[in-house]
Amino acid sequence: MEWQFLFELTVNGLLTGMMYALIAVGFVLIYKSTDAINFAQGEFVMIAAIVVAGMAANYGFPMVAAIATGLLFMIVFNFALERIVLRPMIGRPIVSIIMATIGLALILRGAGPLVFGAETRPLDIGVPDEPLIWGPLFMTPIDVVGAGISIMFLAAFGWFFMKSRKGVAMRAVADSHMTSMAMGINVERYFALAWILAGVVALLGGLVWGSAIGVDTQMAALGLKVFPVVILGGLDSIIGVVVGGLIIGVCEALAAGYVDPFVGGGTKDFTPYVLMILVLMFRPYGIFGKPIIERI
Amino acid sequence: MFHRESGYFKTTYQADMGLYPLPIARYTIIAIAAIFFILLPAVLDGYYLSIINLVAIAVVGALGLNILVGYTNQISIGHAAFMSVGAYTAANLATKLDLPFWLTVPAGGAMAAFIGILVGIPSLRIKGLYLAIATLAAQFIIEWIINHTPSISGGVAASIEMPRPTVFGKELATQAELYYFLIVIAVIAIVGAMNLIRSRIGRSFIAIRDQEIAAEIIGINVFKTKLIAFGISSFYAGVCGVMYTYYLGVANYENFQLITSIDYLAMVIIGGLGSILGSIFGAIFITMLPIVIRLLMESFGSIFIDDAALAQVIAQFRLIIFGGLIIVFLIVEPDGLAKLWQNIRNYFRTWPFSY
Repeated sequence: MEWQFLFELTVNGLLTGMMYALIAVGFVLIYKSTDAINFAQGEFVMIAAIVVAGMAANYGFPMVAAIATGLLFMIVFNFALERIVLRPMIGRPIVSIIMATIGLALILRGAGPLVFGAETRPLDIGVPDEPLIWGPLFMTPIDVVGAGISIMFLAAFGWFFMKSRKGVAMRAVADSHMTSMAMGINVERYFALAWILAGVVALLGGLVWGSAIGVDTQMAALGLKVFPVVILGGLDSIIGVVVGGLIIGVCEALAAGYVDPFVGGGTKDFTPYVLMILVLMFRPYGIFGKPIIERI
Repeated sequence: MFHRESGYFKTTYQADMGLYPLPIARYTIIAIAAIFFILLPAVLDGYYLSIINLVAIAVVGALGLNILVGYTNQISIGHAAFMSVGAYTAANLATKLDLPFWLTVPAGGAMAAFIGILVGIPSLRIKGLYLAIATLAAQFIIEWIINHTPSISGGVAASIEMPRPTVFGKELATQAELYYFLIVIAVIAIVGAMNLIRSRIGRSFIAIRDQEIAAEIIGINVFKTKLIAFGISSFYAGVCGVMYTYYLGVANYENFQLITSIDYLAMVIIGGLGSILGSIFGAIFITMLPIVIRLLMESFGSIFIDDAALAQVIAQFRLIIFGGLIIVFLIVEPDGLAKLWQNIRNYFRTWPFSY
């Protein structure tokens, strides 16, 4: 039985890890292209889910229409956000940008429940509830669907970055603002695009996580999982995010399965950070990150 | 404000570096001291004094964080965790060993400084975002350890009852009595920070903030200096935690969670990075903000919505206003309240005959 337990924890951890990667990729996207550190990614996910669930529950929208509304909202919101808040902050000290996004996070945490109500809502995107039983393995369908969506999205994303014209331009912007400007790329437009894409990712994350754990302000805590994931993977590659997400997912599941009974719970939120500190000691820029060279 | 600066010439370096730039500052200091030590306790009742007490506590914490973030440019999102270290250290010493406050306050600070230096060790290799997240990790790890170690946290609810501080055999039980206790510590902290910044160590902090590699080249031991910054900052945080514990009468980790760290970050940023006066302004602003918002909502909110709904939305409005103010300040006045104050002063310097 022992190995079965281990196997089950690992598989479920991998599925959760893929879902973490879905949230983390939004963070990486913004950091890479605009150098802004977005402490509100968890709140983006939360507000997207709240809008979708709120439209469906309060105004009786069918799910497809609610999702479309959510998508529209995230695109408009993030576009406006980049214009009004983040653009004036370009070139400021890192701590100011962190603080601005924290302020944003607080606003979203207050505004979501204010507009749509504070109760916890289910979000039904048509995934059955009964666990999948596959030999000795128990899996929650939403985890499987979530991981599937995540893989699909990340693959599409990889293609976008590597092959499409806009993706290449975005990588150029991420690499050097100055050079891309000189090459005739409209850098500001790609800043806006990065934020909009992050909003879209947040919507996907919100749908998946919302149907997995229910929609309320607690969802914002997911944002805190993002940091160990991106630090482990390094901030430079999508592969890094996936690997980081998988490692964190598995470690969390194993810690919850094996350590929790001895210390009385709570290791799930704590293990990723311990792991992250250990990685930082040996590889200060993550597993896949590239070191920053400093010059005077 | 209403004095002229002409006619005072500084002829020595000591005079230039003096704490009082002008002779009149002595009288200002005496006036401020008189207001805080004689006038305010005489006219205000316990509730308002307890608000000032909270501000005094916040000032100490904000000064500590500003030394680290504003003067040395090392980001810390784990400030509240160091406060909890100080709080639990002092609470354990006071309950188990019956130590008086003049031992528990420095002991709490020292323990926090020790932990802070440990957390600061990675700062040699990592910077910016990575350091911010490493300190965030410290916040969670310290919180978890305290919470899961009964010998530190004092059992199930992770809270320890704190005996009241005794001064000359008199127990300080009410807010008015605690007022002097807290405000004296705050004054010591302010003067200490002002002197620290003028000293060799303070100047090397600023050198590291402005250009780390250049600082290293002119002979500053960067690693040592950063660790000193972490140590001093955490010492302040620890003392702040102890003060808060004496203020509340109980040490509880719930008062020192991530949201508290964010509050203190907001204090130093809204107040003004790299400014002692800014830390004080920021502490006042952030401490008063929820109180003022609640007051306004309770007196005017019922015009728009009925009372039952009001109680529910107050917390949400508070978050929105708090977050909104942070963003507005960052965009409109990046240098914070300290800069605003300076602008006002500069305007009145030549008023009414500005040229």
